Amino acid sequence: MNPDELHYTQSHEWVRIDGDIGTIGITDHAQKELGEIVYLELPEVGHVYNADEEFGTVESVKAVSELFIPISGEIVEINRSAVAEPGIVNDDPLGDGWLIKLKVTTDDEVRKLMSAEQYAEYVQAEEKEK
Amino acid sequence: MSVEIENDRETATPPTLGDRLHPEPRHELLVFERSGAGKVGYSLPPLDVPDVSAIPAGLLRGEIEGETEITEVEVARHFTRLSRLNFSIDENTYPLGSCTMKHNPRTNEEMARLPGFAASHPLAPEEVSAGTLELAWRLEQVLKELTGLARVTLQPAAGAQGELAGILMVRAALEKEGNPRTTVLIPDSAHGTNPASAHFAGYKVRELKSNARGTLDLDVLEGAMTSDVAALMLTVPNTLGIFEDRILEIARIVHAKGGYLYCDGANFNSFVGIARPGAMGIDVMHMNLHKTFSTPHGGGGPGSGPVAVTTKLAPHLPRPTIERREDGSFGLDFDRPESIGRLRTFLGNYGMFVRALAYISSYGNRIGEVARGAVLNANYIRAGLAAHYHLKYDAPSMHEVVFSDKRQAEKGVHNGDIGKRLMDYGFHPPTISFPLIVHGALMIEPTETESRSGLDAFIAAMRAIAREVEEDPSIVLNAPHTTPVKRVDEVGAARNLILRWKPDGRETADGKRET
Repeated sequence: MNPDELHYTQSHEWVRIDGDIGTIGITDHAQKELGEIVYLELPEVGHVYNADEEFGTVESVKAVSELFIPISGEIVEINRSAVAEPGIVNDDPLGDGWLIKLKVTTDDEVRKLMSAEQYAEYVQAEEKEK
Repeated sequence: MSVEIENDRETATPPTLGDRLHPEPRHELLVFERSGAGKVGYSLPPLDVPDVSAIPAGLLRGEIEGETEITEVEVARHFTRLSRLNFSIDENTYPLGSCTMKHNPRTNEEMARLPGFAASHPLAPEEVSAGTLELAWRLEQVLKELTGLARVTLQPAAGAQGELAGILMVRAALEKEGNPRTTVLIPDSAHGTNPASAHFAGYKVRELKSNARGTLDLDVLEGAMTSDVAALMLTVPNTLGIFEDRILEIARIVHAKGGYLYCDGANFNSFVGIARPGAMGIDVMHMNLHKTFSTPHGGGGPGSGPVAVTTKLAPHLPRPTIERREDGSFGLDFDRPESIGRLRTFLGNYGMFVRALAYISSYGNRIGEVARGAVLNANYIRAGLAAHYHLKYDAPSMHEVVFSDKRQAEKGVHNGDIGKRLMDYGFHPPTISFPLIVHGALMIEPTETESRSGLDAFIAAMRAIAREVEEDPSIVLNAPHTTPVKRVDEVGAARNLILRWKPDGRETADGKRET
C-alpha cells in the first residue's frame, strides 16, 4: 500500500525524490481518515518553505486539516487538476492526486523521514490509540 | 371560465388513507417560486393630490424583470410553514456539544423588551442614557466578580471577536514592554476559533499535543514555552469536557517566561459561581453571554463575547469604556491612549446585556447551581450511555461528554449517521467529528436546563440507535427518514457550490450556467 520508494511524515504526507525535484502528497491512510475531500488550498509557485512549515489546507466534509511540508524547498509546480477536482486525491493519493512539486534545498532532510515500513508501524500505533 | 391551478406539484395527488396516517413531509416552495404576475401584498388609496414627481424621470427604475410578486397571506404562510420545519431549543433537547444550547428564559425577553432599553437610541446623549449605561456597568461588575479579574469590556460581538480582542490586548501589553513576540501556543483540545484569532492578531500558532488523560502535557508545555511565546490559549474545561486540573502549574510555566495565559471561557458554564478564573492565574478570558448566560443563540442571536482582564491588561481594553464617575453618574471614556481601539459600534449587542443580567440576577448568590446542574446532567448522560458508546478518555466529565463511534464503526455506521438518526427521534444531533483528537467524535452537552425526563428520553433514543446498529444498520445508514429533506449530498454540495437562485435556471458559484 505504501510504496517503498516514498518517504513519509508523522502528519501523513509523502515525498518522492527525482533528482532535485520532490513531489509531495498525502498518504492513502490520510485520505481515508479525512473522507471525501471537497477543497484544496495550495501555495503559489515560487514560494520558499522550510521543513515542517504549513503549506496549505485540505478540507473534507468533516474537517479542515493543515498540510505540512516535509522538506525545505521552492515550489515549482502545483497540481491544478487536483485543485479543480479534489476527488482525485481520494481516488489516487499517491499518483494523480499529488499536491505540489518543489526544488529541494538540501539532501539530508529526507533521510530523517520515515520509510514505508516505519510509516506502516506508526499508523498501526496511531490506530491503537483511537 | 377556466381556472388554472398554480404550483400543482405541491398538492395535485390526493393523499390515500395510508398517506394520511403517515403523511410525507411537505416540500416548501421558495417564496420566489410562488410569484405570479399581478399579485400584490399591499393596497394604497387612490391619489387625491396632484401627481408631482420629485424624482427625475431618468433616476426612476422601470419594471424589474422577474421580480417576485406575491400576496401578504402567502408570505405569512410561507414563513410560518418554514418556521414549523425548523428545529429549535423551544421544541426539544438540543445537545450540540460546546454550543451550550440552553433554554432562553422568557423573563429575560420581557426585560430586554422594556421600552427604556429596547427603544433607547444608541446616539442619545449620556444625560438621557443613565439607565442603559448603568445596566451595562452593572453587568461588567457582576462579570468581574464571577471571573475574579480586574476589568471587563462588553464590546465584542461574539466569542471569536472576544478572543481577538484578548490577544490584541496581550500584543499591546507586550509591545509596551518592547517585544510583541511571535507565537501563541494552543493545545489540540482547544476551540477551533483560537488558532484563527491568534493568526488574525499577527501570531504564529504552535499546537500542543494532549496527554493520554486528555489534558495539557506539562512537559510539552515546558518545552514549547520560550520567550518567543506571547500567550497560551487554553480552553477551560477543554473541548473533551475535561478540566485542566494542573492549571496553577500551567499558569506558573507561562508566567515564568513572561507570557500571558488566555482562557477561552466558552465553557464557563461548567464552573461559573464555583471557581474564579482570576484565582487560577488566568490573565484574560472571554465569555459567551449566549452560552453561559442564556441569551438566544444561533439564528436568532446575536452573540456577545465580553472579555475580562487583569489590571496589567486593562489600559488596552477597547474604547470607549463605561465609567461610573465620582458623583455617581455614568459615562463613556474615549480618552484611553493605550486602547486597542473600537471593536464594535456603540456599546455592543446591548439587548444581550439586559438578558444576561436578568439571568444572573434570577440566580443571585446561587449562580453556582448553573454549573452544578450542567455537570450533573452531562454525567447522567455519560452514565446512561457508557455501556453503549465508546469513551476514549476516563477523566471525569464536566459540562459535556465526548463519545466516539468506535463500536458502531465495526458495523459500518459512523458518527454522522447516528446524528442523522437522532433527528428521527426528535432530537437535534450532537456535535459531530469534533474535537478532532477523538476519532468519530459525538460531543454531547445537555446543559442544566434539561429535566431528568428530557435526559432519559435522549438516553433512550441513543440506546435505541445503538440497538438498531446491531440489528439492522441500514435504518441508521439511510437516516433521516422523517425529515422534510432526507439524506443530503454533503460532498456534492461542497464541491459544487450554488450560491444564487435564478428563476430561469440554476447558476453556479463561478457564474457559469448549469446545463
